[in-house]
Amino acid sequence: MTDAGINFHFDVDGEDFSSAGAASVEVKKNLRQLGFPPDIIRKVAIAMYEGEINMVIHANGGTADVFVLPDEIIMVLRDQGPGIADVSLAMQEGFSTARDNIRSLGFGAGMGLPNMKKYTDSMEIETELGKGTKIVMKVKV
Amino acid sequence: MKLHVLVDRLSLSHICGSLDKEAAGVYAGDLLSWVMSHAQAGDIWVTIMSNINVAAVASLTEAACVILAEGVQPDAETLQAAAEKDVTFFSDTRSVYQLCCSLGSALSNE
Repeated sequence: MTDAGINFHFDVDGEDFSSAGAASVEVKKNLRQLGFPPDIIRKVAIAMYEGEINMVIHANGGTADVFVLPDEIIMVLRDQGPGIADVSLAMQEGFSTARDNIRSLGFGAGMGLPNMKKYTDSMEIETELGKGTKIVMKVKV
Repeated sequence: MKLHVLVDRLSLSHICGSLDKEAAGVYAGDLLSWVMSHAQAGDIWVTIMSNINVAAVASLTEAACVILAEGVQPDAETLQAAAEKDVTFFSDTRSVYQLCCSLGSALSNE
């Protein structure tokens, strides 16, 4: 995965909403420079942003790696947060465990994970309570 | 419709960003993930949210602009993010409903 294309690595700060989205914006800029179509860039950027925000809200940050291959873009998000207790419940639109102060910023609509699935062609979640979560998303080019 | 035409027709208060963008539709909402799920590229986004994340979401969704309704004003942090991401912001004292009516009328009569 890492040898064939262009890779980007980002550290996502926890509880820092002023820089949340920095990785998504950077990926968007890079994909634009690489000449990807706008609809592909939009899908990748939104999925990345939702993943970033989730890591900031729930996991005190984490890392994001993006692998740009000729036929697909792969995003790997890792955190060492509390894990997701019930993935199928978390995937339901409207379900959220975000705190009120997070909701006051416009987040916590319970659309983060559903949006990540919506804007990608595949999404896999590996999560363990107390250990963290790894999410792999792929967008076909 | 170009934003410079829209700003004249609706007498919007221009806060920052290019007026040369093309607006094709309207979306109203305050929950950011909901906006990212449903807004289309080229939409005018009407909201009462004004924090820094609004600039990021507007950029990621390729919104034509953001109109802050009900007299809401962005803070300095949001303005800086808007400049960095080339997001156009307007403010207006009308309600979200009133703005959507006016915007719908302006776009349909183009």
